[in-house]
Amino acid sequence: MALKGSLVIDTEKCKGCGVCITGCPQNVIALAKNVNAKGYNYLEMVDEDACVGCANCAVLCPDGVIEVYRVKI
Amino acid sequence: MKREDIVKPENLIYKRTSVLTDNVMHYCPGCGHGVIHRLIAEVVDEMGIQDKTLIVAPVGCSVLAYNYFDLDAAEAAHGRAPALATAMKRLRPDQFVLTYQGDGDLAAIGTAETIHACNRGENITMIFVNNGIYGMTGGQMAPTTLEGMKTATSPYGRDLSTMGNPLKITELIAQLPGSYYVTRQAVYTPALVRKCKKAIRNAFEYQKLNKGTSFVEIVSNCNSGWKLPPVKANQWLEEHMLPFFPLGDLKVPENK
Repeated sequence: MALKGSLVIDTEKCKGCGVCITGCPQNVIALAKNVNAKGYNYLEMVDEDACVGCANCAVLCPDGVIEVYRVKI
Repeated sequence: MKREDIVKPENLIYKRTSVLTDNVMHYCPGCGHGVIHRLIAEVVDEMGIQDKTLIVAPVGCSVLAYNYFDLDAAEAAHGRAPALATAMKRLRPDQFVLTYQGDGDLAAIGTAETIHACNRGENITMIFVNNGIYGMTGGQMAPTTLEGMKTATSPYGRDLSTMGNPLKITELIAQLPGSYYVTRQAVYTPALVRKCKKAIRNAFEYQKLNKGTSFVEIVSNCNSGWKLPPVKANQWLEEHMLPFFPLGDLKVPENK
């Protein structure tokens, strides 16, 4: 049995601090090259298949912009 | 497996709690205040005490905390949050009363209120966010500023011979008979965030049992004041703040 996760990121509220990236064990997330309306490089998933839904990123996020979903397959 | 198959309401395992409002926090990117706000809100949510929790906001960066919590709140004069919380708890003992303060507020201008509230053993929960600097006013030296640390008012680093020693107020409070639970936590790794949440939960549980003052210090960062990017600020915190402010419980109930 494996775990498979996915994230929903509120890119307009993301401030691009990058603290969540340090907590990701699978290197799923990174800052985008594009910016949001406030000028921050928002967070995006770069390797969707690797996400296991551990929620470390969401636990670290100061602004609570990450929602985590997980299924067992 | 496609993303659309995973992102469904029944698979949701983590989302921002509804005890926080939808307002975007004004804190700098990467600031620990955001995480600590969320942890308090999650604990309140899990205990189901949203309608009977009163929060006292301090002066400092978190002066607008009442905009972010969907809780009843009051704003105290600088450093006087424990005094206001004392009054609130004595008048409404059925409510959970929480103060949220920074180091400039709790350990400098509010030292008297802090120490006497803890010494009287007021049955409140105090959250102390220690980032070693006055963040809101532009990064001046605070009582908890480390030796040699550069700030706006100590540009060559804090010199102990003229500026005095950094204050370990949490150790001081652990000595007082009125304090029941005193602990020091941090929020820069996922494991520490989860541990910190447990400490905040304990602090609320002890208030429920009328045990005395519960005091949770959280060593946090100030990226703008320290003039470091968020991730580097967290590394700096680990390398410099934690040796002086070691994490762990300073006072736990004996019969536990």
